[in-house]
Amino acid sequence: MTTATNDRPASAWERLTGNRDVQRFALCIATGVVVALMTGKSGNTHEPTAGITGTFKSANGYIWVAIFLVIWALLTAREHYSSSYGAVQRRVSRTREQLLGDRRARYGLYGLMLLVAILLPYFVSNFWQEVLVGSIAPYVLLAVGLNVVVGFAGLLDLGYIAFYAVGAYTAAYFTGSLPAQPPFHVNPFWAYPLAIAFAMLSGVILGMPTLRLRGDYLAIVTLGFGLIIEIVANNLTSVTGGAQGVVNAVPPFSVHAGVHYTWPLELLPGNHVPWYYLILAIIVIVLILFHLLENSRVGRTWMALREDEVAAEAVGINPLKYKVMAFAIGASTSGVAGVFFASKTGTFTPGDFAFQASILVLVIVIFGGMGSLAGAVVGAIVLQYLPQALRGHIQQTDLYMYYGALLIVMMIFRPQGLVPSRRRAREIRLAERGIGTADSLAAPDQAP
Amino acid sequence: MCLTHNFWSFFVSGLSNGFIYALIALGYTLVYGVLQLINFAHSEVFMIGGFGGLFVLNKAISGTPHGVASVGYVILGLLAGGIVGGAGAFLLERVAYRPLRRRHAPKLAYLISAIGASFFLFTFAGKEFGRDSVDIKAPFTNGNVFTLFGAKVQTYYVVDAIVAIIMLIFLDRVVAKTRLGQGIRAVAQDADTASLLGVNIDRVISNTFIIGGVLGGAAGFLFGLQSGVIFSMGTVPGIKAFTAAVLGGIGNIRGAVLGGLILGVVESLSVACINNAWTDVIAFGILVLVLLVRPTGLLGERLGRSA
Amino acid sequence: MTAETAPAEATHVSDPILVVDNITLRFGGVTSLSDVSLQQNRGEILAVIGPNGAGKTSLFNSVTGVYRPQQGTITLRMADGANVSVIGRKPNRVTQLGVARTFQNIRLFNALTAVENVKIGVEARQKTGPVGAMLRLPRSRREERESDERAFELLGFVGLGARANDLAAGLSYGDQRRLEIARALATDPQLLLLDEPAAGTNPVEKRDLEGLIRKINAEMSVSVLLIEHDMRLVMSVASRVVVLNFGRVIAAGTPTEVQRTPAVVEAYLGAAAAEGNGDAAAG
Repeated sequence: MTTATNDRPASAWERLTGNRDVQRFALCIATGVVVALMTGKSGNTHEPTAGITGTFKSANGYIWVAIFLVIWALLTAREHYSSSYGAVQRRVSRTREQLLGDRRARYGLYGLMLLVAILLPYFVSNFWQEVLVGSIAPYVLLAVGLNVVVGFAGLLDLGYIAFYAVGAYTAAYFTGSLPAQPPFHVNPFWAYPLAIAFAMLSGVILGMPTLRLRGDYLAIVTLGFGLIIEIVANNLTSVTGGAQGVVNAVPPFSVHAGVHYTWPLELLPGNHVPWYYLILAIIVIVLILFHLLENSRVGRTWMALREDEVAAEAVGINPLKYKVMAFAIGASTSGVAGVFFASKTGTFTPGDFAFQASILVLVIVIFGGMGSLAGAVVGAIVLQYLPQALRGHIQQTDLYMYYGALLIVMMIFRPQGLVPSRRRAREIRLAERGIGTADSLAAPDQAP
Repeated sequence: MCLTHNFWSFFVSGLSNGFIYALIALGYTLVYGVLQLINFAHSEVFMIGGFGGLFVLNKAISGTPHGVASVGYVILGLLAGGIVGGAGAFLLERVAYRPLRRRHAPKLAYLISAIGASFFLFTFAGKEFGRDSVDIKAPFTNGNVFTLFGAKVQTYYVVDAIVAIIMLIFLDRVVAKTRLGQGIRAVAQDADTASLLGVNIDRVISNTFIIGGVLGGAAGFLFGLQSGVIFSMGTVPGIKAFTAAVLGGIGNIRGAVLGGLILGVVESLSVACINNAWTDVIAFGILVLVLLVRPTGLLGERLGRSA
Repeated sequence: MTAETAPAEATHVSDPILVVDNITLRFGGVTSLSDVSLQQNRGEILAVIGPNGAGKTSLFNSVTGVYRPQQGTITLRMADGANVSVIGRKPNRVTQLGVARTFQNIRLFNALTAVENVKIGVEARQKTGPVGAMLRLPRSRREERESDERAFELLGFVGLGARANDLAAGLSYGDQRRLEIARALATDPQLLLLDEPAAGTNPVEKRDLEGLIRKINAEMSVSVLLIEHDMRLVMSVASRVVVLNFGRVIAAGTPTEVQRTPAVVEAYLGAAAAEGNGDAAAG
């Protein structure tokens, strides 16, 4: 248990392993090897070493190691010539501050992005339209919702996909598509508010007992819950239709509100564009509402709870009430996404709500920026676009390997995410200096 | 009534599973004691231990071993599993957690890194080793050693129990008597004071992970002997083992053992009564119940004392 | 055993706002408070003093609902005369009843600005919910205005008007203490508990603090219950003092009376000093 005494001179080995450049070298080479293996050949049960030998028999392995050698060289150069690098870095962050700090510039940017979003379907192929509607858009909604839970309120929910499932199954139920029949059938239009309501209700039901728990216990309970939901969906066949799922879940809706209007979705199967605009409208509304929520009394209360729950209680805030509120509001967007998914895809199975998907949503929120609405959107777009764009090079089954690694990397190198909320970045900086804990997970320490 | 029929059979097999849960639970409880962190990736340490035992034994064994050779192979498998598990846990701590400690990262960051590590590891294992279950070549023939109250006790159960008990006694001695154990208890109680008193926190934490990894890896081998080895074998037993740790009292070594055994038996008995698919829900239900009703567990949270 | 050496100075009509009656607080094997009783009158500034570990903060924690004493009662007398028991209530409920507190180790919302910290205190009493907030309904906009106004007002009151938009983490230590007080005042309390507000402050800041406490008491009609080690401060602002040692009340009375009580001198300086003169109370 002794640390090295400082009396005797360091041996050659100690000097070698203590040298920062050498350590960085070893780290870069090791990372290069791991990345090479990740992107390389796969093994299988009969040839477990096939992946490893395969990777290094081909160019792939060496290319990655070479890339990381270059990275090492750059990092080492930065270490030794930090002054000039620092100046460049400062200039970059200052321009970014200026750009995003100015409100008009920011809104201008949002307007531009909205314009691009509106025009997008006309510039992309049918395949990409499907990706937009089926993969990207729902996950934007999911990420924005989880962002309320994890980012605004600081609660780690690892079973978030359950609310997505509730949304989809509720919609299917009330339109009569499940084996279990509802007390009344509804026009598919009402499936949306019903799905939202039930998702929020399940948020409250799940939240009330579990949100009293410490942060890390909450995480594992929600993790377990995410696993259970899959089991329930698969096995409660008489209610949910079991493993083969639900077919023709939610017919397209038509609205009678004085004027008969049929959403033109049924007319052209495989036409993704009307669906795209539907969900785009939903997303924009949700973003506006949540932005207003963030900058309100409720948003500030969440911030206070995140910073110091004991102090928040001392000023009269009821932690459980606001945590359950975060859960419910977060669940609402998943409910919408679930209904949308059920109507658009028509057929879904319990496998669509696999517990891994909860982690994917978490990765998106973390990658984009915990607590940042813009981050959630950007994260969802990037992380749902890349697997499709790289589908020739990366196997579907390996995706979670990358997501897992991404989580670790983000936590180590950029915990505030790609597009950080300014406040969150501030909290993390303070926490690193030893002031505050930046989340509600530290053991509550009462006044002595 | 569903329980009276074959009660002891279910009890005995549940006890055997319970020992495995206990071994895994110790990994969770030890790390929680020193870092106040749920090491989600511990389930993957369990898994790679299984693979370690698998590869070594499948290379080493030919034919059907008997007698002394059997014992030898079991020990070999345990060593392989344990060493791989220990090494894996060591690397895990270095890569996923230590950099966060250096930056004084908020607690949330550790949990996120943990879950990331967990997903990375099992998906990577699936990629490299295939996604089918593989059996370990049997180091012994699994017969009935004796009968207990009418329940047939298989060789496998006996091996399980003996290995687990030996490892637990060993761990108990390490924590209670050795310098390392003292360090672990000190850091678990109060890391800042411990470091002021000269305890090398980094090394204690590293060693804690290694110990947990050795136990978990060995458990992986034992589990693999009975159920085969597959990349996804860690997730569910991991949550159950964590439940066991909480049930007994997180941070409490004896609690982890007690919790593991109780969970194993309760789960097994519930199989007798309800459909198989729902047994996982039982474990989860116990977890929620314990956390709501008695979060400190049966024996209370502590690692400061030697139990 | 309560050892009241003399009845409380009748500087205020006996109109109790807080009655602590024989509370005992235990943690495992340790008894933190033992048969502690005290009574605070409306409008009075009552100081609780005692050596470290005497149980002062435990007393505060019991009064605010953080700890739950195993025995005894703690009663709050509301403005309309109703008596409300504190025991068994959660801290946020106790605050809603009109008891606010500061912490020994300053617990501010560090990444928020000063005005945001105070706003949170004001907003805890408001009614706007998520729907009102998202739709910016009239009531939510009105409450937002009110919370802004009140927050700036309170910051001015404690003398932090110029630092309203500074990050709480960036304020000086003395300013941080004042901010915590402003935030506590934002909850519109009848009773303010200050846990060692002068700890770590310099003499100038202490002087300002004295003035602030008196101002709060006089202008806002808030009763103050104060834990302090600085005897000068205590003597200056408190009308009555309660002395704790080893979890028991060993004296209660005016500052002068308490200073002379042998048990108190002994607690601070040891038995030998108690033999000597009585006006050597430790600082």
